[in-house]
Amino acid sequence: MIPEGSLLAAHDLRKTYGSTPALDGASFSVHPGEVVAVMGPSGSGKSTLLHCLAGIITPDSGTITYAGRELSAMSDAERSALRRSDFGFVFQFGQLVPELTCVENVALPLRLNGVKRKAAERTALEWMERLEVDDLGTKRPGEVSGGQGQRVAVARALAASPKVIFADEPTGALDSLNGERVMELLTEAARSANVAVVLVTHEARVAAYSDRDVTVRDGRARDMEHAV
Amino acid sequence: MSIGHTLLGLLESGPRHGYDLKRTFDEKFGQDRPLHYGQVYSTMSRLLKNGLVEVDGVESEGGPERKRYAITDAGITDVSQWLAQPEKPEPYLQSTLYTKVVLALLTGRSAADLLDSQRSAHLRMMRILTDRKRKGDLADQLICDHALFHLEADLRWLELTSARLDQLAKVVAP
Repeated sequence: MIPEGSLLAAHDLRKTYGSTPALDGASFSVHPGEVVAVMGPSGSGKSTLLHCLAGIITPDSGTITYAGRELSAMSDAERSALRRSDFGFVFQFGQLVPELTCVENVALPLRLNGVKRKAAERTALEWMERLEVDDLGTKRPGEVSGGQGQRVAVARALAASPKVIFADEPTGALDSLNGERVMELLTEAARSANVAVVLVTHEARVAAYSDRDVTVRDGRARDMEHAV
Repeated sequence: MSIGHTLLGLLESGPRHGYDLKRTFDEKFGQDRPLHYGQVYSTMSRLLKNGLVEVDGVESEGGPERKRYAITDAGITDVSQWLAQPEKPEPYLQSTLYTKVVLALLTGRSAADLLDSQRSAHLRMMRILTDRKRKGDLADQLICDHALFHLEADLRWLELTSARLDQLAKVVAP
């Protein structure tokens, strides 16, 4: 059961940690260029859903289809390659490599995909300009503010031209002004590049930047557009 | 909002016609609710009667007469007092949402569904306001933020109530 036109779709996902069910029949889909917020209380299973969708963890059962390919049918190496080529990630914090400069951080996914340093850094700088942090190129993550670091992380997530960005509480460590600016830039850049965004958040103001929201409760996802 | 005080405040920068007052009010504070001409003229008559404004001149230029209003000293004092007086914080104790949740529980309907659909409606409005904020100027941003923070507060209450439905059902059970 894959919704028509969807880029990434999950059906009836189940995942248990020990005796605790984290996902209990969750389904989800996102279209190209669509921003979908995944909401729900703490411990509801929303991060587990994101990790399954991104191929970081494997569900116990259920299917995940990305661009017509079944994720569970892929080997670990194939899934890793897919993550590098098609997926971008933004987390709450601690995602930039502290030893590298900001521009090297943004260029990293391109370098891992085999792009030469000069070309990778040129693309990285273009994205940093879009995210209004091009003046931080030579600085290291420890030398920039939380808001700036998060914009660098968004630039990095977009640099390798992914098809999907997974953002797990991307503004969780920021004040509301910085958080809103990060969301504005992330969603604008993603929409203009036709990149889908799966946005996990518990903040309604952040979710309001999405096109649609899905609520995870007790391991089940519910599309709120079709709520009673 | 006190329309009288707002119009008085707008007159502090200089005399204006009724039409000009309406246009400035709509531009700065009207958002999606512009003033009716009738409201402007009835408010100005009241302010005139109370000595808070005076007629600064009358023009006709071939058309109907247009009065230009100016604020009086008493009017300036009135605006100062209004601005210095804190707005009474809304206690929010009469909540239709709460009433609906309790009634749903009392009548055996799904309060969880009610909360979910309300949540959805709130988020839809937050999306509209966020979009408007994104495209607007600083004034738009501030007014939309004010609305967004209130809607967010409602949403937090909806979440909390969802988590406490079982508990609430026991308390309100007949």
